[in-house]
Amino acid sequence: MTRRLPKITVWRAIFAAILMSGLYATYLRIFYGLGGSTNLSDRFPWGIWIAFDVMCGVALAAGGFTLVAITHIFNIQKYKPVLRPCILTAFLGYVLVVVGLLFDLGRPDRLWHPLVMWNPHSVMFEVAWCVTLYTTVLFLEFIPVVFERFGWHKPIEWVHRISVPLMIMGILLSTLHQSSLGSLFLIVPSKLYPLWYSPILPLLFYVSAICVGLAMTIFESWHSSRAFGRALELPLLASLGRVLAVAMSVYLWIRFLDLAHRHAFELLRQNRIENWLFGLEMALAIVPTVLLYQRKVRMRPGALYACAVMVVFSVIANRLNVGTTGLEAGSGTHYIPKWSEVAVTLSIVGTGFAIFRFVAGYFPIFEPHSSEHAHHEMEELEADQVGVA
Amino acid sequence: MSKAILYDSTLCIGCKACEGACAARWGLPYDDRIAAEEKISAHKLTAIETHGEHFSRRLCMNCVQPACASVCPVGALQKTALGPVTYDADKCMGCRYCMQACPFQVPTYEWSARLPRMRKCDMCYERQSQGKLTACAEACPVGATKNGERDELVADARQRIAEKPDQYYQKIYGIQEVGGTSVLFLSAVPFEQIGLRTNVPSEPLPDTTWRVLELLPDVVSTGAVLLGGIWWITNRREEVAKAEGRRK
Repeated sequence: MTRRLPKITVWRAIFAAILMSGLYATYLRIFYGLGGSTNLSDRFPWGIWIAFDVMCGVALAAGGFTLVAITHIFNIQKYKPVLRPCILTAFLGYVLVVVGLLFDLGRPDRLWHPLVMWNPHSVMFEVAWCVTLYTTVLFLEFIPVVFERFGWHKPIEWVHRISVPLMIMGILLSTLHQSSLGSLFLIVPSKLYPLWYSPILPLLFYVSAICVGLAMTIFESWHSSRAFGRALELPLLASLGRVLAVAMSVYLWIRFLDLAHRHAFELLRQNRIENWLFGLEMALAIVPTVLLYQRKVRMRPGALYACAVMVVFSVIANRLNVGTTGLEAGSGTHYIPKWSEVAVTLSIVGTGFAIFRFVAGYFPIFEPHSSEHAHHEMEELEADQVGVA
Repeated sequence: MSKAILYDSTLCIGCKACEGACAARWGLPYDDRIAAEEKISAHKLTAIETHGEHFSRRLCMNCVQPACASVCPVGALQKTALGPVTYDADKCMGCRYCMQACPFQVPTYEWSARLPRMRKCDMCYERQSQGKLTACAEACPVGATKNGERDELVADARQRIAEKPDQYYQKIYGIQEVGGTSVLFLSAVPFEQIGLRTNVPSEPLPDTTWRVLELLPDVVSTGAVLLGGIWWITNRREEVAKAEGRRK
């Protein structure tokens, strides 16, 4: 334990530095407006506060609805130990998305406007409603953990009574807005580079969100097992890795078909920055997918974690390409985020980690007997895999 | 019956009277320095551009089916029956989706303001609704910018092309582009040579998102039945297993 203390201090120092720069950037944002705090322009109105804070934030929080669907709707009980951390991640993720929006909106004081002033033809309007409702659903899905901590049994029962419709509603809302973040860009056919512009953008966003939701589940289990000195639910995560491999295969195949049907592969002959970024995105998606089909990789925590991280970065790359880099040529301009944009984004991410750590330490997020449970399942899984082989 | 503007590049002498009139109409400052800026911005809602020996004009195209109005989550942008696409700054929350969606990159933003607004030409909505001409058309000394009924302006433009085929590029910009615009262009040279975008689709852009959005009730209702059904099946299986376990 003493050996680990300095490491934590280093992280805390970095976190403090990020937070300080974030605070200064916030000051710039408030007193000097978007012009003083971002590199946005009339030709490039959306930067990383949308492409990362909102689009990646929502995608990385997709583990919540994915795991709810797996454990409660498909009733695969063995994944229950990772459900609560997923719901917590999702809830925090959405709250931080709203924080990101407060930075990005020109008039953050009017965040509530879409709830009152309707335009059903707008994808953004739909996203605004879905995010609002889904954050409420996530709050209700998470609140029993708080009640449990304080031993309030009555309210747990109340929430439990509406839990099934609540979960179904959560999955539907997620389906809608995860895909709608892709639909946002259907309106820019002449701006977005054809490697990313596709009539099936909503489908691609939805499937990749499920993938990154699974990857984030592995990612945060790995981190929390280290942070809290718990045993890793390896067999469970290994089988989740298997699900991830299949989900990624489906995603990559849809992506391939889409590009092939639109004859977009011909574009790859040119030496353009977009093609390299596309290559990076694809490499980060294909490598872990291939690796995750190997049992050796799935059963080694480090390798499994590395695969999950690659998937996470692949989806982040995808969202940044759709939301920023893929639009540069079509907008006739270049965009590199200002330091203050990066500072705010890093502060939001850092705050997310910190709050997760605090909540996970204080509330019953992880099942107490997960290590025993895991050991038992490990044997089961190995027996199962010998049988398959 | 909707209003439009016809800009004839072959008649324009680049005097920038339209710019001055536009600035006056919006109460924006206008001097030699601003006149020299050949681009639209939050303080200059129309601009005369020089492309070699030809002039062109930048202003909101006031599309027949505007992308900006369709994407605005709060309905701050509206296509009026009169023709102009209007903007209500009191509704706007500053998401800037209109700027992202506009195929002509027309909407501009007050980037340095603490309470910023989007700015764009609204084809002098309040002047036209009082039966007056747009400020730019009224100011134009040579009739290069003409304001009137869209149908009549289209007919006029066709006639000009037909009468002087050697002076005009044989097309009207704004008939097909994104399903039609309320600002029409005539030119001596192909449109890309005077800075107009020729890569815009001929389909109205709101259709691209509506195709997906209109499926929403179907997706929700089908999804609810499917998920509810799966839950019922999987949990029933458990109930049966429990009951059988008890019997044994």
